[in-house]
Amino acid sequence: MSQDPTRITMERPLTQYIHPDGTPRLLREYVTNGGYHSLQKLVTGMAPKDVQRLVGESGLRGRGGGGFPTGSKWSFVPMGPDAQKPKYIVANADEMEPGTFKDRILMEGDPHGLVEGMIMAGYALDAEVGYIFLRGEYHLSAQRLTRAIAEAYAEGYLGKPLPGTTFRFDLHLHSSAGRYICGEETALINALEGKRATPRAKPPYPQTVGLWGQPTIVQNVETLYNLPHIVNHGSAWYHSLSRTQDGGTKIYGVSGRVTRPGWWELPLGTTAREVLEQHAGGMLAGVHFRGVLPGGISTAFMTEEHLDLPMDFSSIPPQVGRLGTGTMIVLDDHTCPVGFVLNLERFFARESCGWCTPCREGLPWVARLLQSFEEGRATNDDLALLDMHTKWLAPGHTFCGLAPGAMAPLQSALQFFHDDFERHIGLGRCPWSNKPAQLRVLV
Amino acid sequence: MLSDTERRELEDALKHYPDKRSGTIDVLLLVQRRRGWISDESILDIAQFLEMTSEDVDSVATFYNLIFRKPVGRHVAFLCDSISCWIMGYEQVREQLKKQYDIDLGQTTRDGRLTVLPIACLGQCERAPAMMIDQNVYGEVTPDKVETIMEKYK
Amino acid sequence: MATIIVDNRSYTVDERKNLLAACLGVGLNLPYFCWHPAMGSVGACRQCAVKQFKDDHDPSGRLVMACMTPASQGTRISIDDPDAKAFRASVIEWLMVNHPHDCPVCDEGGECHLQDMTVMTGHVYRRYRFPKRTHRNQSLGPFIRHEMNRCIQCYRCVRFYRDYAGGRDLNVFGAHDALYFGREQDGTLENEFSGNLVEVCPTGVFTDKTLFQHYTRKWDLQSAQSICSHCSLGCNTTVGERYGIVRRIMNRFNSQVNGYFLCDRGRFGYGYVNSDKRIKRALVRPALDRTKPAQPEGVPQVLEIIGERLRRVRGIIGIGSPRASLEANAALRSLVGPQQFFLGVDEQEHRLLSTILSILRTGPVPSASIHDAEQSDAVFVLGEDLLNNAPRLALALLQSVRQQPMERVDELKIPRWDEAAVCNAVQSRRGPLFMAGHRQTWVHEYATDSYFAAPDDIARLGFAVAGRIGPDAPSVPDLTNDVRDLAQRIADALTRAQQPLIIAGTGSGSQATIEAAANVAWALHQHGKQTRLSFVVPESNSVGLALLGGGRLHDAFDSISQQKADTVIVLENDLYRRAEQAKVDAFLETAQTVIVIDSLEQRTAAHADVLLPAATGPESDGTLVNQEGRAQRFYQVFVPDGDITDSWRWLRDLARAKSPEADGVTGVATWNTFDDAVSATAATASELARIGEVAPPASFRVVGQKVPRQPDRYSGRTSMLSHLTVHEPPPPPDPDTPLGFSMEGYRGPLPSPLISQFWAPGWNSIQAVNKYQDEVGGPLRDEMPGLRLIEPVATKAPCWFTAIPPAFQPTLHQWLFLPLSAVFGGEELSNRSPAIAERISEPFLSLHPSDGARLSLEDQVTIELALQGMTYRLAVHLESSTPMGTAGISLGYDASGVRVPVWVDLFKAIKTGHRRRVA
Ligand SMILES: Cc1cc2nc3c(=O)[nH]c(=O)nc-3n(C[C@H](O)[C@H](O)[C@H](O)COP(=O)(O)O)c2cc1C
Ligand code: SF4
Ligand code: FES
Repeated sequence: MSQDPTRITMERPLTQYIHPDGTPRLLREYVTNGGYHSLQKLVTGMAPKDVQRLVGESGLRGRGGGGFPTGSKWSFVPMGPDAQKPKYIVANADEMEPGTFKDRILMEGDPHGLVEGMIMAGYALDAEVGYIFLRGEYHLSAQRLTRAIAEAYAEGYLGKPLPGTTFRFDLHLHSSAGRYICGEETALINALEGKRATPRAKPPYPQTVGLWGQPTIVQNVETLYNLPHIVNHGSAWYHSLSRTQDGGTKIYGVSGRVTRPGWWELPLGTTAREVLEQHAGGMLAGVHFRGVLPGGISTAFMTEEHLDLPMDFSSIPPQVGRLGTGTMIVLDDHTCPVGFVLNLERFFARESCGWCTPCREGLPWVARLLQSFEEGRATNDDLALLDMHTKWLAPGHTFCGLAPGAMAPLQSALQFFHDDFERHIGLGRCPWSNKPAQLRVLV
Repeated sequence: MLSDTERRELEDALKHYPDKRSGTIDVLLLVQRRRGWISDESILDIAQFLEMTSEDVDSVATFYNLIFRKPVGRHVAFLCDSISCWIMGYEQVREQLKKQYDIDLGQTTRDGRLTVLPIACLGQCERAPAMMIDQNVYGEVTPDKVETIMEKYK
Repeated sequence: MATIIVDNRSYTVDERKNLLAACLGVGLNLPYFCWHPAMGSVGACRQCAVKQFKDDHDPSGRLVMACMTPASQGTRISIDDPDAKAFRASVIEWLMVNHPHDCPVCDEGGECHLQDMTVMTGHVYRRYRFPKRTHRNQSLGPFIRHEMNRCIQCYRCVRFYRDYAGGRDLNVFGAHDALYFGREQDGTLENEFSGNLVEVCPTGVFTDKTLFQHYTRKWDLQSAQSICSHCSLGCNTTVGERYGIVRRIMNRFNSQVNGYFLCDRGRFGYGYVNSDKRIKRALVRPALDRTKPAQPEGVPQVLEIIGERLRRVRGIIGIGSPRASLEANAALRSLVGPQQFFLGVDEQEHRLLSTILSILRTGPVPSASIHDAEQSDAVFVLGEDLLNNAPRLALALLQSVRQQPMERVDELKIPRWDEAAVCNAVQSRRGPLFMAGHRQTWVHEYATDSYFAAPDDIARLGFAVAGRIGPDAPSVPDLTNDVRDLAQRIADALTRAQQPLIIAGTGSGSQATIEAAANVAWALHQHGKQTRLSFVVPESNSVGLALLGGGRLHDAFDSISQQKADTVIVLENDLYRRAEQAKVDAFLETAQTVIVIDSLEQRTAAHADVLLPAATGPESDGTLVNQEGRAQRFYQVFVPDGDITDSWRWLRDLARAKSPEADGVTGVATWNTFDDAVSATAATASELARIGEVAPPASFRVVGQKVPRQPDRYSGRTSMLSHLTVHEPPPPPDPDTPLGFSMEGYRGPLPSPLISQFWAPGWNSIQAVNKYQDEVGGPLRDEMPGLRLIEPVATKAPCWFTAIPPAFQPTLHQWLFLPLSAVFGGEELSNRSPAIAERISEPFLSLHPSDGARLSLEDQVTIELALQGMTYRLAVHLESSTPMGTAGISLGYDASGVRVPVWVDLFKAIKTGHRRRVA
């Protein structure tokens, strides 16, 4: 350990201390390595608005998939003595985007980082209560967070005024009961209120009318982990971590048939090729790369030609797609792209909340159409129907982002793997399956 | 009827919320942890406890997939059927379970030992295919590992 | 106002509306499902998509949901845009994915909003070729049928039932495309407004079970405008008939009264018209001999027999009816003479009605319409059980508590139509509603404070509130601290409000609560508030009858017993409901001739020497005055069979029979048509002078044509009677109204009292109401929402009531019996409807648990109770809301001759031998 634990020149602020053996960092170790130091900064007279400014300057963008600049998101929260109270900070730890496991790595390895990040967000926004909305399947994270919260209470980071301030923060853990849609921030708020997790219309945004009608900030777990480091080391340092205009590092992950599936904290703006080839070790022997979903299944396929794009929030052109969560899923040549998309659309259909028509009725239809491709019963009309859905289930047409997210991989698959769709029709079976072609049955 | 222990536990869970109904999901999960699943009777008990109607409670209960409105076995195996696990062959694990225990997704063994349910991505994609039994997660599950894993769950 | 551009045409619209409401308001067709004019927008169905352009240089635009987009100045949209059209057709295609192809056998067919919208979008062929999901239906009780497979998941049912009407036992279950709207288990929908689901549901999931018993398509119904006769609010309805059977009741929009919604008693209470207990023939005792039972006789013979008798009698008195029309009562009054006309309500009611009238006539505060009640931002109810006595008004209060929280909604710049956002912003905040009474109902959950006490204590609370608001209003000494604090809270909330509303009524039989209510309202008025008063009264024409004026019932009894008269004509009234049995028995025995005109067999009718079959509401025309003082017209729907005719016609015929010589004929004997009846009635009292303006006269024609009662598509007219005759009979004449019993006539814009069915091209469902309004949700175009007959004397300084009763003192042995009414079973006519009958609960006695203990009564035991000469079997309900020392009594309608409030020694009255637990 260096003498001044906060003078870190690290490249991996979020994960460098995470134990490779999977055991968590407990309070003592966390503090020794500079944990909770950001709170001491407040004694030096850092006001909430200073933290807000710093976060704005740092170029931090939300890591939950949308990449919304955190500073400007905060600017809509009413501040000052007349602001509605209480205000809430909610950590979005619902991580149910298939292919995504970055928040889990952080929470399991370093639970105190989330506690500290939330206290900092609370201080910056003068919000005195926090909830961690944790997906129900993350039992290990739940155990570790519960312990970390208890430790933080015992040490007085929670539940007592912070040194040199009158600000006190309380933090609760809520374990969810399933459903992907809970990750959508307004659905999440409904779920926290003990209701069905259907999304809410925006405006009004949660920043003004959120949890129990009060001003609320919902922030992804990874986003929150960045806050203490920004406060400790400043925005210039934060920018220096990144290879692009948006600050910081990113936890990238890779799954699928690669040599070393896993995760790596790398400068924001690392290219997909670097991640796939250098870190994930390239494809497994005998299989070839065909495409990759760059960040969870709500993103569009990138193919060989896009691999040298920096993986950040601004370098991927919208017609190609978007970064999403940065955890990639690789499609290889031994896997049927139609079957791949069928798996995705089944997931989306099952996870639709059922509120708006296009999503509730459209997605199951899409899934059945894809199924009929796989069964060799599809026709060209079915291709047209798939196209219709990709056109209509667009942002703004549906109530929330789930259905548009579901269309991103489908639309790009129809573009990049069109031949494969047609081969299913032509052969009357799935070319990747050695099951015999099914009889064409009119249903 | 809720037992006194249950009641105390539930009251504790409600402390984090400004009103009772906000704790509906926590209460459902807690009752389920004790009783295994949420029967119509449990719905009534919870409704009474939260001063809601059974419609209010069941509307919430039936929305969430981790709340079981039908009985489950002593152990529940959640088999991830999302994309990374699909690529890496979760279907073979499913076949193995089917062969070995004669149950498909959504079914319970006749002896009430095991229920197998599909689950959305467990966030173990780098170790796909993944499976969670009760609260324990297993990665890189292959058909031949199933039996050894299951030994712990009698 | 704002200018919006729709498909390159400019329209001026209200900028506080959303684009969907704005477009519909200017007559454009835009399909929708989840939005409802009374329930706002939630953006779920995505059916109302339009293309919005940033400006006229934006070539591509983007699809937005019209219902979720404000109609702000300069908004540029296209409904006809190819993308928008194709998207809307797709939405239908999606909704059809699981919708069955069952229109031909669906109860909603022909008036289905989903059918209309499908046609509107042009979607024809369904390309989905996979299996459909199926659901099991539930049995939801006597009113509503459930067919979940037809559901299009618009969420309107739960939004109405739960959010709008306060119901709790209906909800949505499941997720994704496996949603289920229903109850947790099979069982009767409990909410008193469940029937509106029939209209709120845009397809055939929730349909009218009573209609199903004698199903008829909308286009085969002969319909006319009616006024509900089941309470004093006067909700507007449309009654549909075929083959002489009333088939159903639908809501008829009236912006001032019922708006879009009815209560279940009103909607399903029509069965009495079809009842086998109807009196259909004129009956007379042979030679008017009391020892012989009355027998059917030809009408001319009956009239001859009565005429002969009437010419010889010593004196005739008439007893009117609060459920008969103004015209019928006026006819009786004319026949017997004003001095011999008695109101036919009990003593107490007579007194309370007079008090209410004088408060409304002479005080400075006007009465409230239901619409006013919905808009009120603070409400104080004194002693009235609205849910059971005036259900639609209770529903209005659930809207009133939303008013004050709207301040926050406005602050947050959330448009008020954005229902989901409003709910999120408002959360559980509610505006002030104070309810003082002697019985708890679920409506109390919406109250800021509830106070359960004996009527005198409620009056004292009221007087205390008034004393705190108006400096010169009398105040109440010696209040307990609790009541004093409560009075202060109420006074504070009322004075903070902009449009406070005070409600009282005859329901608890207390004069003092009514007077206290007046004091509160007047004090608020002095305070400069836009105050309104609402008095609930017992029956559909109680106020009209009181305006007509007449003697007290005991004077009627006296004039027979003192032999000033020997003949009595009872109009649509069962006197056993009005006085003790012994008195009524004696009265009817002593009278030499008893003539009863009524529609249903009842106890008074059983004593008649002459019984004349009266038309019910749907079989006649008339004017009713509701509790607000609003006169409204109801119209005959169909021609009844047998000898049945309008009561006023029977009275006219009696008058003519009495003096057959043509010369010297005056009064009612000269009436030929209903308009004659109206003008004669208008002349009886100054406040009635304008009742002719309530609706157009019979001579009203558009382009020389009458208004048809049967729709264009009425089928089978030539074959309906083919089993009797092969000739198509001419339609019956209707000299009384501008309506015809036929399909022929004028179809087009009409004065609102003449609109029975809402129908517009492409709009076959009840949603067609939109097409009759200038502004969606607002009044009908050129609406004539009835006529308020009583307006306040604005300048008048209040003349305070000062008779403050002493605090209620429970006694050791005596309990003060207080009336409890029931929404189902508390009223005479709806009781005879089979569907309502299923919902009537057994008679009960409600006691405070400590009183129960004193009497050694357990909850739910059955007792026998001797009361005013009768013995009743009652279930005991121990309720902590029942004030100590009082007992609430709810008897079936048949037993309602019991006079309450009254003190009863329960130790004596309860026959202890029969105490037993109910299984
Ligand atoms: C269908 C859907 C699912 C989502 N799931 C998640 C999730 O699991 N975790 C998450 O952090 N954000 C998720 N989001 C994004 C959130 O709505 C929200 O934008 C995010 O939590 C904001 O945090 P950030 O600004 O820190 O990224 C989801 C969005 C949608 C539309
Ligand atoms: S797109 Fe619509 S149905 Fe789908 S999850 Fe979002 S709100 Fe629910
Ligand atoms: S009516 Fe606009 S979304 Fe349903």
